[in-house]
Amino acid sequence: MIMLEKRPQPSRGWTFATPVVAVLLTMFFGGLLFAALGQDPLVTIRTIFLDPLFSEFAWFYRPQLLIKGAPLVLIAIGLSFGFRAGIWNIGAEGQYIVGAICGAAVGLAFYPIESFIIFPLMIIAGALGGMAWAMIPGILRVRFGTNEILVSLMLVYVAEQLLASMALGALRNPDGMGFPGSRNLSQYDSAANLEIIAGSGMHWGVVTAFIAVILAYIALSRHIFGFNVRLSGQSPRAARFAGVNPGLLILVCMGISGALAGLAGLFEVAGPAGQISIDFNVGYGFTAIIVAFLGRLHPVGILLAGGLMALTYIGGEIAQSNLGLPIAAIQILQGMLLFFLLAVDVLTNYRITFGKGQKA
Amino acid sequence: MDLSAINPILLLASLMVAATPIILAAIGELVVERAGVLNLGVEGMMITGAVCGFVVAVGTNSPWLGFLGAAVGGAVLSLIFGFLTQFLLSNQVATGLALTLFGLGLSALMGQGYIGIKAPSFPDWHIPLLGDIPVIGPIVFQHDPMVYVGLAIVAGVWAFLKYSRAGLVLRAVGENHEAAHALGYHVVRVRMLAIMFGGACAGLGGAYLSLVRVPQWTEGMTAGAGWIALAIVVFASWRPGRLLLGAYLFGGVTVLQLNLQAAGAAIGVEYLSMAPYLATIAVLVIMRAGRAPGSLGQSFHASR
Repeated sequence: MIMLEKRPQPSRGWTFATPVVAVLLTMFFGGLLFAALGQDPLVTIRTIFLDPLFSEFAWFYRPQLLIKGAPLVLIAIGLSFGFRAGIWNIGAEGQYIVGAICGAAVGLAFYPIESFIIFPLMIIAGALGGMAWAMIPGILRVRFGTNEILVSLMLVYVAEQLLASMALGALRNPDGMGFPGSRNLSQYDSAANLEIIAGSGMHWGVVTAFIAVILAYIALSRHIFGFNVRLSGQSPRAARFAGVNPGLLILVCMGISGALAGLAGLFEVAGPAGQISIDFNVGYGFTAIIVAFLGRLHPVGILLAGGLMALTYIGGEIAQSNLGLPIAAIQILQGMLLFFLLAVDVLTNYRITFGKGQKA
Repeated sequence: MDLSAINPILLLASLMVAATPIILAAIGELVVERAGVLNLGVEGMMITGAVCGFVVAVGTNSPWLGFLGAAVGGAVLSLIFGFLTQFLLSNQVATGLALTLFGLGLSALMGQGYIGIKAPSFPDWHIPLLGDIPVIGPIVFQHDPMVYVGLAIVAGVWAFLKYSRAGLVLRAVGENHEAAHALGYHVVRVRMLAIMFGGACAGLGGAYLSLVRVPQWTEGMTAGAGWIALAIVVFASWRPGRLLLGAYLFGGVTVLQLNLQAAGAAIGVEYLSMAPYLATIAVLVIMRAGRAPGSLGQSFHASR
């Protein structure tokens, strides 16, 4: 009879190995899924995971990797602080939307003045907008003890309605002949989030994502704040004795994740997306949850996981146009990845033993 | 805006219909949480139920078989969650989220060929005598059968938890799994059954949306109903009676905002559509939740 025996401490080897095993399992079962959909599994897996990097059109797809990966990494870094401390902000999608709306509103307010100060102001507005949206569940949790999971998620739906209202009303392009959607920010030089090196995909959001990774690494491994976060997650009682203020920690973690999600939204609306439109959000806020877990809530891991997840997005689009693979299959693949990761994770904390079926 | 266009009797009658999917999903999750398991995948199981129910109902032309298929679909999906959290001891919050993400993808894939088709009709019951009572008749006794099935499940769960021995065991497992284990109850078995019941109920709730309330299949059609069901379980302090109250409150807000939209209220449509979500948040803030089951959300590992 197969039994689980708790390890005295988590296995270091498995901590690093589980994401890799999970990816391999996902590729295998994803292949079965594709075969069931009438595709050649090997060709599909190659199209999704290898073609964006190594095919003859890879020069076109590689910059996309940065563009798609940056918001995922940025949001996931923010989420990782809260997740480590047992604070579940799963409404990053809403904070992403509100950050984009606030940043775009500041940019559009200046139109058509050209000034170097506009873009920095937009960045500040985006971060503050996302932060304010995340503060709602944070403050309600601290003040009234409401569940932050449910409140932050409800606010995603509110933010989506707000986005629709903005695209159709307050922020609609006055020269747009009544079509929904704002002015195109990427054609407004002072507000545009342009590529720093043309054709590389390297825009300011990518730079910010890299900076966030470095700062998060320092904060988590070298600063007392990171220690408090980890302590609160592992033993809330011990953290209280150590003098950690749990309410303040909740607000700070929610604030960081909201601000980073807001920044991701702003960089997206000012760059790759270009404008506030009804279908502006594409679920980065939810995929970032997978990225955070796949990266083991560690900044470097998140960077790698963000790259991998961006790869599945791009590969999924290629598979959709070349092989006719439904895009929902990619969503399933991403969900599967999280399942396998959580499943294999049992090996980090437990050892499998083959007992003789003695009664527990 | 013309408020006289809103008929209070119709409003109350449609309130019962609007609340039904939430009641179904919430009562299932209530049982799951009373057994000490927090399954955040309600949204994913609901939407999977919605598509399974729709596919079966269109295929067999029978709404009843559709509901059966939805319950089976939801329960099968919940088995993934059960296996991961009960046998592989994964984090329940993360696994529930994964279930939702996976369910949204799976439903989109399964429902591809079914967009734009109409579900087979599911006629209302006109209950003799009771349905003829003025005012109360049209509000309470002239609905489709699933409305009453939902109420019957709530009553059944209430009686089960309060009066049956099995209900007592389930509550014991939820309050203190170590103690229940020491008494010789099978914690994991009880929890797996509860999780499957929760999945089946969420599936029924989803199918009610795709077969009765809309009645069509569109991607992402549950639009947060599963999350609202989770919120209502907290609001209800894990008690079936208060769950009905919460669901009707929510149904009332939904129906009222739809009526105001139709009546051409001066507020924008988008802001009215926010109302159910904002109301849910307000309810969570105002109503202090009672005590949660003692072992809620904790993994159980029987150490020798």
